[in-house]
Amino acid sequence: MVVYLMCLTLFALGIYCVVRKRNVIKLIIGVIILEYAVNLFFILTAYKIDGRAPIFSETEEVINMVDPLPHALVLTAIVIGLATTALLVGIAMRIYKEYGTFDITKIRELKG
Amino acid sequence: MMPADNIIPLFVAIPLAGAFILPLIGRKIKAVNDILGTLFTFSLFVMSIFAVKIVNEYGTLVYSVGGWKPPVGIAMVLDGLSAFMLVTVNVIAFLIAIFSINYMEKYTSKTKFYTLFLLMVAGMNGVVVTGDMFNLFVFLEIASVASYALVAFGTEKHELEAAFKYAMMSTVGSLFVLLGIVFMYSFTSTLNMADMGAQLIIAKGGINITLIVSVFFLMGFGLKAALVPFHAWLPDAHPSAPAPISAMLSGVLIKSLGVYALCRIFFNIFGMTPEVSEILLVLGTLSMVIGVFLAVGQWDFKRLLAYHSISQIGYVILGIGLGTPLGIIGGLFHLFNHSVFKSLLFLNSGAVEYATGTRDLKKMGGLSEKMPVTSTTSLIASMSIAGIPPFNGFWSKLIIIIACVQAGRYGYAFWAVLASVLTLASFMKVMKYAFFDKMKETWEKVKEVPLYMKLSMSLLALLCILGGVLLVGGVSELFLDKAQEVLLEGVNYASIVFKVVG
Repeated sequence: MVVYLMCLTLFALGIYCVVRKRNVIKLIIGVIILEYAVNLFFILTAYKIDGRAPIFSETEEVINMVDPLPHALVLTAIVIGLATTALLVGIAMRIYKEYGTFDITKIRELKG
Repeated sequence: MMPADNIIPLFVAIPLAGAFILPLIGRKIKAVNDILGTLFTFSLFVMSIFAVKIVNEYGTLVYSVGGWKPPVGIAMVLDGLSAFMLVTVNVIAFLIAIFSINYMEKYTSKTKFYTLFLLMVAGMNGVVVTGDMFNLFVFLEIASVASYALVAFGTEKHELEAAFKYAMMSTVGSLFVLLGIVFMYSFTSTLNMADMGAQLIIAKGGINITLIVSVFFLMGFGLKAALVPFHAWLPDAHPSAPAPISAMLSGVLIKSLGVYALCRIFFNIFGMTPEVSEILLVLGTLSMVIGVFLAVGQWDFKRLLAYHSISQIGYVILGIGLGTPLGIIGGLFHLFNHSVFKSLLFLNSGAVEYATGTRDLKKMGGLSEKMPVTSTTSLIASMSIAGIPPFNGFWSKLIIIIACVQAGRYGYAFWAVLASVLTLASFMKVMKYAFFDKMKETWEKVKEVPLYMKLSMSLLALLCILGGVLLVGGVSELFLDKAQEVLLEGVNYASIVFKVVG
């Protein structure tokens, strides 16, 4: 139970970071934290106490194995997250070149 | 398994292959970019028409990826709604590819443009044909990441700012979708949409879990669809992209990623409840009214159009949210019509920008003399969006309003009429200032846009005029009714899919 609460805390921290921070880089870090929280939660759903890897073998009986699917899916989600983060950082670099600042309160030319 | 199944993965495979081949050879030989870009989208367009024929012939089709049958393996499902969305996406993608031949000349790298464009189309087609929850998320992200890059394509100040805002909000939205999928997976232990629906029917106690997951999905997909509380990114992102991409984003991206996914999940997997229906009605009406109020005061051509996208998506959601057969058909028909006339309007704004270099309505004036094709097609599109009788927009709005009255929701019908009147007002303003006012001296030397741009705009205008035909008995049975049936069958979706799998 505690571990789920900590996962929720991480998620809340990410949301706080995305909503409250003014610096472009910190916003990106907020998104990364959010992503980790969701991925962690995904892995936790597959967790079993004393579970073992779901590898089939003829010599021993496979009992109490963990669900392998979430692990595979989380890998995919991490790769997608990597692509998004790379693109966000790329855009942030170009923004710094154009505006000369990372402060989003000063990057506000689109209005109305 | 029938041989006709094999068409389904091609909708994803062809644009993905295109996105792979183009950068390999497009950089060396310049002419290849236009030819391949048009060819790939054209083949998709032909195949999507073919898909409609197949659906009419065989009914729902399921393709099992790698030969693993659905509850275990990954499934791709082609049914009436998928075929309808495929036609919408691929028709628009093809016409926009034609438009880009001339328009994208002014940017440096056409190869990159077409690569990202095809990736986006692959993502959208994937979202539409997939029958698997996690693949839905993956394709959603493919389309979204490609669209972030395309919004930033100009790499000027405004493009970057808009792209950053869009990327941040949209990523958070996607994460909520993923979180919803995680909850659903841990409850039903399956990712297949049909199987998930079946498990939810068996486990009647799942009401609480569907409640929280509904909230996550409404947030995630609502953000993609730019429904009103989540709309803030759209008026920045859509105008900042190059015109063909604005047309693509407003025309089909917000629909296939947002509206389609919402419909599929709420109708076919969770089953429509009165509460969700009520929420959709309220969100739809809010988008409709607030979008149009914000649009009226705009002077930037593309920004005005972007606010109208929010408003028109509101109509679609209102129609579908009613849940009655007539409401659903109105909503779906409006979805198709909106993708036609809104992409046409964005292409018009692109044409004006191409010829004059400005998007400010106050600076334009009297362009109808110099640009007859652009102004005529723009007039047709404006009348469509405002709901003037012979054009397609009128029929779909009429159906939605009749459906509201029929369902006894007079209040919603009133707001729909009001929003329509305001839409008319704001497009009269556009027409007057941009095309029919007295000509300004600065525009003496303005020329009409090149051939391919004219061709693409004229074809879209033709679709606007002929759009009403889709409602005529025989045609409607083939196309719209099939899509409506899928939504009306509700949670029976699971049994239909499993019957096909056998």
